[in-house]
Amino acid sequence: MGTRAAISRIYRGEISADIVGRPKIWYTISGLLLALSIAGLLVQGLNFGVEFKGGSVFTFKAPSASIEQVRSAVGDGGAHQVIVQKAGGDWRVTTESLSSDRVTEVKTSVSKELTVPADKVSTQVVGASWGGEIQKKAWQALLVFMILIIAYLSVAFEWRMAVAAVVALVHDLVITAGIYAWSGFEVTPATLLGFLTILGYSLYDAVVVFDMIKEVTKPLGPTSRTTYSEAANQALSSTLVRSLNTSLVAILPVGAILFIGTTLFGAGTLKDLSLALFVGMIVGTYSSICVATPLLVQFKEREPKYKQIRENIARREQSTKRAAKTKVKAGAGASAASAEDAPSDDDAGERADQDVSDVRSTVTVRKVVQSGSRQQPKRGSRQQRRGGK
Amino acid sequence: MAPPKNAPKPGRTLLALFAIMVVMAGLAVWQGQTKPKLGLDLAGGTTVTLTAKTANGKNPPADQMNQAVKIMTKRVNGLGVSDAEVAKQGSNNIVVNVPGEGQGRVVNLIGTTAKLQFRQVFAVADGKPSSGAAPVPSSSPTKGTGEKKDGGKSPSPSASASPSGGASPSASSTPRGRAVSGALAAPTPKPSGSSAASPAPSASSPLGQPSGQPAAPAQDYPGVTDKAVISQFEALNCYSGDRRAPGSNDPNRKFVAACDQDEESGQAAKYILGPVRVLGENVSSASAMPPNAQQGQASWSVSLKFDGTGARQFGEVTTAASQAYQQNPSSPQAQVAIVLDGQVVSAPSIREGAITGGTASIDGPPDSFNQQYATDLANVLKYGALPLEFKQSSIDEVSSTLGSDQLTGGLIAGAIGLGLVVLYCLFYYRGLGLVAVSSLVVASVITYEAVVILGEGMGFRLSLPHIIGLIVSIGITADSFIVYFERLRDELRAGRKLRSSVENAWKRARRTILVADAVTFLAALVLYFLAVGGVAGFAFAMGLTTLIDVIVVFFFTKPLVALLARTNFFGRGHPMSGLDPRRLHKAQDTSAPAARTTSQEA
Repeated sequence: MGTRAAISRIYRGEISADIVGRPKIWYTISGLLLALSIAGLLVQGLNFGVEFKGGSVFTFKAPSASIEQVRSAVGDGGAHQVIVQKAGGDWRVTTESLSSDRVTEVKTSVSKELTVPADKVSTQVVGASWGGEIQKKAWQALLVFMILIIAYLSVAFEWRMAVAAVVALVHDLVITAGIYAWSGFEVTPATLLGFLTILGYSLYDAVVVFDMIKEVTKPLGPTSRTTYSEAANQALSSTLVRSLNTSLVAILPVGAILFIGTTLFGAGTLKDLSLALFVGMIVGTYSSICVATPLLVQFKEREPKYKQIRENIARREQSTKRAAKTKVKAGAGASAASAEDAPSDDDAGERADQDVSDVRSTVTVRKVVQSGSRQQPKRGSRQQRRGGK
Repeated sequence: MAPPKNAPKPGRTLLALFAIMVVMAGLAVWQGQTKPKLGLDLAGGTTVTLTAKTANGKNPPADQMNQAVKIMTKRVNGLGVSDAEVAKQGSNNIVVNVPGEGQGRVVNLIGTTAKLQFRQVFAVADGKPSSGAAPVPSSSPTKGTGEKKDGGKSPSPSASASPSGGASPSASSTPRGRAVSGALAAPTPKPSGSSAASPAPSASSPLGQPSGQPAAPAQDYPGVTDKAVISQFEALNCYSGDRRAPGSNDPNRKFVAACDQDEESGQAAKYILGPVRVLGENVSSASAMPPNAQQGQASWSVSLKFDGTGARQFGEVTTAASQAYQQNPSSPQAQVAIVLDGQVVSAPSIREGAITGGTASIDGPPDSFNQQYATDLANVLKYGALPLEFKQSSIDEVSSTLGSDQLTGGLIAGAIGLGLVVLYCLFYYRGLGLVAVSSLVVASVITYEAVVILGEGMGFRLSLPHIIGLIVSIGITADSFIVYFERLRDELRAGRKLRSSVENAWKRARRTILVADAVTFLAALVLYFLAVGGVAGFAFAMGLTTLIDVIVVFFFTKPLVALLARTNFFGRGHPMSGLDPRRLHKAQDTSAPAARTTSQEA
């Protein structure tokens, strides 16, 4: 029954949780993840593929062999990054950089399994095809991109949002890289491309949430009865359904590719790319909700304007209305139980629950006033609602 | 991407979009390409092994090899977004993997040393060896003969054997720069001292000279102090064999003999060139320019920009040439030859005075100096000369690096994933889910068409990462529908009528979609222009799908929803339409208090 009700709520877009109210929880989680990731990067390091480090190339003739046979023959010799190519009449197999002992092992394995005389297997050292130049340029591009994105978001929104979004972005990249470090998965160009997709995705997600926050907090003024945090949380709740839906829709294909890539093919481009995407998207969704938004709220609450609002509200709380509100508390609290998992730890402390519901209706009222041209229909609907109740 | 004006006629917008899709499909068919081009990992390609040539046969210094790899990477990626790979192999080989078979053009381009030099011309003649072997037209020699004073080593037959004059009629139309045409004809009346102005008749003679009337060769080479070069020049045959005269690419030699790069109108001139005046290193940028008919330019050209040193040096050499022109318009020294890899690309004479603006342009005959040639040349010059000379030691067609199994696997998995997306959309959004699904289909079709067209147009090749990237971005594309649908439902929850909700929700969703897409697009743009190799290709795909997302949402999803809102099924909020106000509103008449429901309106 509980799940049914929850699904129904989700369908109606009625889930809400006080995410902004407890930034410390999220910061702790993220901090831990980041620390783990950085430790992984430092201790374990990333396992770069042949394209970055260069490796060994084996060239031999084996006219009757198939690509799978060649791959497994080289793999049995102890190489684990095996890229097979057929160049003219020759097989050209690139592996990670192997020591001379291992080279001999691979040669033996190849000659045994493919019946090629061992001395007909030639080896050479091959340099990185994704050499320093490409990496340097990629870093430069990333840096320029960060600067531009901060500039763009500062214009489209404001600098605080830009900073929050970029912090979330870096957060996502570091954690994804950390997972690569700990798992020892190979970093290939495909992985890197996965990272780049995350970059776009993470920002996209944050921007959608911020756009809603911007809209909701726009009407806040000295007389508002909502603090910035509450309004932001409210905006977050209303985009939560979208966030979840979007993530699900984006992750489904990636998950399918990851599943097929790992179960059917083992190592390969499919796995490299989809793992980075899979991890990055989950972390990206999480960070836009639980890192970027709380961070933004903390920035904003320091602004005098929003401080003022907070003080004004606190003052009003002391007033006589207090008694009236307490009565409502019972009803609101009960209905909130399943959706709203916990009371917000607001300044108001024990009054949190009814404050939130009170505050929310305030937000709605404010929005009506804000919407100008849309005033008429909104007002109609409010009456309707009141009538219904 | 300006939003359409509130599309009062959604039907028309939809029709327009379909028209565009049909046109794109038509374009693809017209190009004769209906399948996307595949990259190295999926379709294989051409692999070239280039071995460094060194004078002493030893291994070249590692830093020069690295430099060469760097330049080759830039060159090969300057051709498009095909994700070629360049890697050092052993200590003196460079392996270049280019996707696609038979990439002759690319192969040649990569290995070109691209040493560019500007040298003043000291003598010009038709590119036949001036030996007795050449047919000696017996017709009376022109005035030039008399001037054969100290022919040096040149045997007398050469007088008539270098029939540059004979070539003159066609040479007047010669394409290697208008200047050259004069020059080709000009050598005839050369006075012994370059400083002396030539007699008037000779100056005007060249163009008027009747064909078949062989001009007298220039027997002396004023200013040329290197006898070896003179004899090399006289023996040089530019009509057969290697057009690269030995030593012609050596910037340290004071004088060199060199051939024209191409025959044009059946002729190839040969030159004695003076010391290098400007080096290719001093070119700071190069770009291909289309023909400009207004300025009487029939061919493509490459415009060069010099850096400070280059600009000064180029100013000096053009001043000298310009002075020579003032004194004698037909003096070879009025010409400045542009030498690329030891061959003269063009040798215009400097008529208009010194060029001090730090720019120059190279042009040539329209038949060989076409767009592709100019682009390749600009590309090669832009990224600088290779520090080493390379010879191709092998060219092979290579198979793909991945089994086709990975591609099939990726596609199947992608299809399964998208299938799940479709199911989810239908389950969650009911009737609206159909809109979402058809939007996805439209997005996929446009993406496919775009990839096919761009494969032909800019060498975009799909590698496996691109394909996965596209599948994933189509999934992400769904986000813009979700943003819109959620807004729409918010409006409905607020109790509004569907028709007005469609527009209201659109106004609010539109901005979100544009801002969010702008971010992704910015990412793609930066990565495309700043990164090289696979990154650029991927960024390209990312930018492409973002644009397509915007197009689909604006020109398909929104109009379709507007259109459907007029139907009974959606307009009345059928329970299966996904827009059922009662369902969306349920909260009101059941458990949740009004406050909670209304709070969701934002």
